[in-house]
Amino acid sequence: MTINTSSTLSQTRSLLSPMVRWGLLLSLAFLFGVIPFLPDFYVTLIGKIMCFAICALAMDLIWGYTGILSLGHGLFFALGGYAMGMYLMRQIGRDGVYKSDLPDFMVFLDWKELPWHWTGSEHFLWALLLMVAAPGVLAFVFGYFAFRSRIKGVYFSIITQALTFAAMLLFFRNETGFGGNNGFTDFKRIVDIPIATPSMRISLCILSGLVLIAFYLIARYLVQSKYGRVLQAIRDAESRVLFTGYNTLWYKLSIWTISAMMCGVAGALYVPQVGIINPSEMSPAASIEIAIWAAVGGRATLIGPILGAFFVNGAKSWFTVAFPEFWLYFLGALFILVTLFLPQGIIGLIRKRSPKSAPNIEGNAPTPPAAAAAANANQHAQGSQA
Amino acid sequence: MTPDLLDAGAKRLAEYREKHGAEATAQSGGQAASFARVVQSNVVDIASGGILYVDEVTVSFDGFRALNKLSLDIRVGELRCIIGPNGAGKTTMMDVITGKTKPDSGKAFFGSNIDLLRLRESEIAERGIGRKFQKPTVFEHLSVFENLELAAKTDRRVRRTMFAKLTASELDQLHSTMKLIQLAQESARVAGNLSHGQKQWLEIGMLLMQKPQLLLLDEPVAGMTDEETERTAELFLSLEGKHSLVVVEHDMKFIGELVNGGQREKKKIVTVLHEGSVLAEGSLADVQSNDRVIEVYLGR
Repeated sequence: MTINTSSTLSQTRSLLSPMVRWGLLLSLAFLFGVIPFLPDFYVTLIGKIMCFAICALAMDLIWGYTGILSLGHGLFFALGGYAMGMYLMRQIGRDGVYKSDLPDFMVFLDWKELPWHWTGSEHFLWALLLMVAAPGVLAFVFGYFAFRSRIKGVYFSIITQALTFAAMLLFFRNETGFGGNNGFTDFKRIVDIPIATPSMRISLCILSGLVLIAFYLIARYLVQSKYGRVLQAIRDAESRVLFTGYNTLWYKLSIWTISAMMCGVAGALYVPQVGIINPSEMSPAASIEIAIWAAVGGRATLIGPILGAFFVNGAKSWFTVAFPEFWLYFLGALFILVTLFLPQGIIGLIRKRSPKSAPNIEGNAPTPPAAAAAANANQHAQGSQA
Repeated sequence: MTPDLLDAGAKRLAEYREKHGAEATAQSGGQAASFARVVQSNVVDIASGGILYVDEVTVSFDGFRALNKLSLDIRVGELRCIIGPNGAGKTTMMDVITGKTKPDSGKAFFGSNIDLLRLRESEIAERGIGRKFQKPTVFEHLSVFENLELAAKTDRRVRRTMFAKLTASELDQLHSTMKLIQLAQESARVAGNLSHGQKQWLEIGMLLMQKPQLLLLDEPVAGMTDEETERTAELFLSLEGKHSLVVVEHDMKFIGELVNGGQREKKKIVTVLHEGSVLAEGSLADVQSNDRVIEVYLGR
């Protein structure tokens, strides 16, 4: 083992490797230096895509690293969105069509008072809590029973798909109290500041970018820690992990819940930017799209799914204008092509081009810290033998 | 009762009397309680000399009896070889001991105090039973070093592993294990790129990192070259005494090496399984000359 390889190993491992540092610097420069000067349309588009990128990142933690494919992450995204939406509805105050304290759709349904689950929705802090708590608690309870029963693979994916579909049907009903199929819209203010102004749009977009960066760093810390290596071990050989003495239930459940909460935050950032939330966000197709972003970008790479979200959604916004009727065909074809020819996605393609940066076999996750220690210790061992 | 246990008991009594007065004795159920030996519920108690008791265990799958009143008794430090034709129930037996399969009836105890039938796989592993699978099972995308690191005996709860750092003693243990399994040069290599034999060794190394009291090895030399098989036999013989080993194997040459090598004064027992129960048990020569064994297994 030469000194050279051990030093490259330790570089790929530290939380803030030079490449990550440059990436951070560039993205911060972009957020604060470029975003404020872009036309409104692009500000909203980029802000929206950054929310999707958070979902893709969350998907990478559970699918790319732990090997559990969720086809229900759209539900957690939507729950975060609804948590924020409730607050935004209350912020409308008496400026709605019916000039009532109640949200318009409740007046329309002839409700006289707020239902119990709207308690506290006028407080911003409550919305902040709810946007992580609602998806978090649901994911925890659902995940506990699913993982305890050792439901795996395609069965788990199908159940998550059914879960989001059931939730969509529930939210479609007016009686549920979330505005039925129209959902929430016509927002006026957020923390008492008008919402439909260019400066608010720019602020929300930058905020989404900062959250995305923060979540990326958290995710990077997690996957580089021993915890992250246990997750990858579960993906590779769960029975070995069990017989080594790890109770995999808690590992799967924790990353599943963390992932769901990240999606919740993404949803809460998304709703004020696009100005609407309705049950279509819970449609099975919406959840499948999240998985496609992650697959296109490259699983188990963290940065890949973020790029994937930008690439697919960028293509979508262009395609749906140029050839609106062909978008779904294109998406399907893209997914098939990536699955067949690019199992490591865009990142795999980049790594193939520059073999130097490919750390291990399938261009997989960056080599975690332990290997550097190993390389170093190895040198010592050899030194002492000599 | 061994001298060290008596010493420990005397020390506990002295501590108790210091607290409660010179003449004090502890009461338990109206009787003076003993200080001789404390049995902790999650620590295996091997004072009786046995490490594993399997008693009349029966497992059926859809009416097929994979195990039929199987009984086994493994002593501390023993190296036990188990042979038997395909379908004799060897792997099912390991599944029962490691908590993967719950039997229909029977008992399985680790030491004299740990009821294996009440515990989950991870809990059994935590208590000190390590298992090697028939097919080498390592974490293919992690390096050799990381594979061993994950197997190391430490706090395995989620919150601890999020902030875990390798200690110096763990690092030492890792390096001595890597040397033992002859993978020190490969420490940074991804496990998926190792040869079949190396993967087998890595898995054995991972078991050793767990510091188990009892090792269950399911066909550990399957797919190994002759030289690798020989080295594996040497490795197991060097573990004898430090760990208790149960080796399930088809390779009679390997069994011969295990039985005849190492501490010769100890007479090693070979168990023959057939149709889910013990067909014969005894020294290798006895077993090989047993008529029924020849009939069902060796003679074929």
